[in-house]
Amino acid sequence: MYNYLSAGFMAYLRRDLLLGIRNKSDLVKPLIFFLLVSALVPLAIAPEAERLSQLAPGIIWIFAVLATLLSVERLFSDDLQDGSLEQMLMSPNLLIMPILGKITAHWVVIGLPLTLLSPVIGVWFSLPTIAVMPMMLSLAIGTAVLSLIGAVGAALTLPRQGGVLLALLVMPLYMPVLIFGSAVIQSAVDGLDWTAPLAILAALLAIAVALCPLAINAGLRLAKNG
Amino acid sequence: MAAANILKIKSLAFERNDALLFEPVSFELNSGEALHVEGANGAGKTTLFQLLIKMLEPCSGELLFRGQPVSECHFEYLSDILFIGHQSAVKAALTASENLSWMSPQGTSSEKIAAALQSVGLEHYANVPCYRLSAGQHRRVALARLMTTSASLWYLDEPFAALDKQGVDFIEGCMQNHLNRGGSIVFSSHQDLVKIAARSYRLNPFREVV
Repeated sequence: MYNYLSAGFMAYLRRDLLLGIRNKSDLVKPLIFFLLVSALVPLAIAPEAERLSQLAPGIIWIFAVLATLLSVERLFSDDLQDGSLEQMLMSPNLLIMPILGKITAHWVVIGLPLTLLSPVIGVWFSLPTIAVMPMMLSLAIGTAVLSLIGAVGAALTLPRQGGVLLALLVMPLYMPVLIFGSAVIQSAVDGLDWTAPLAILAALLAIAVALCPLAINAGLRLAKNG
Repeated sequence: MAAANILKIKSLAFERNDALLFEPVSFELNSGEALHVEGANGAGKTTLFQLLIKMLEPCSGELLFRGQPVSECHFEYLSDILFIGHQSAVKAALTASENLSWMSPQGTSSEKIAAALQSVGLEHYANVPCYRLSAGQHRRVALARLMTTSASLWYLDEPFAALDKQGVDFIEGCMQNHLNRGGSIVFSSHQDLVKIAARSYRLNPFREVV
């Protein structure tokens, strides 16, 4: 049984990573968005280091949320169109494993590069060095939650590509991630203990890993049957 | 020795918009047998396949796999069927070899994948991204799964669509080999097949008697 579970996870993780690497424009678009808007903000606001570092936590997290939202809507729609969603749904493996494989691939392709790029944004926003590690940790955990929640929205809005409906569905659910994610960076900037909001983010991740695949499973079956 | 019963369908019916789509379907399939589902366009052949692969739930009727209701042997049933439908499930950005690799059972060797691609005439396209292949070649990549699967019950919905004569011959050969090994096939096609000795089942759209 273990082999069946891991096979479902690994097959879809490997396939979607390959797809992510091959479809470079899909990969690059959210990252370019993240970098561009982050570069524009210091130009639009007065470039005072102290002011920027105070704004940085919220701004970085808002851009991370929007960049993830941009990329998540095609998570299942391509599979529905080419018939591979049907093959996934009729897999004898527990469906949550292929779903988790796909979401992990999405995080590796979108969330991880955002996390690795964030120190550059930190420099643009004059973020103190002490806040860089908490920022990266919060983005690493938080973007995984965003991928999971976004996938629920993407599954529920099939067969259409999410668009406005997807944004309306997932934005309220993104709020706790946004609040606690920026709280981690803000606490670090203010020299306070940032582990508590980070622990809450980790708890959100644990809840999302447990519950989101079930909702996605139901959404995908509904979309296919509908 | 009598052939083992693989599939038994009892009065399977499906409703869409509160109306039955086709007359209730009943048939049996033994090992080594093929069933050709016939019907005009819109008769419900694809819907019947969707019911058989459990993508849709019937409004009435029963589906037995090796004598057991499918609801009681869900895992065994899904592990032992192969479905190739209208949509090929081929990813355009992946190569033919990569596509076949993810569609094949875990642990399928690269030699077996290369041999399967060779048998469908795509040995020179193994490392070519599928967006460079024609519709017929896409179909061949999907049908190469017939060479790598270990499933005993095949559901093939219009497997010959978009194929040339050579492709049709290959698929017929694959199907015949599968039947000779004791496998079973349910397929739909608008073509007259030469090699496959198959029983026919006519799917009739439901007409309400007034």
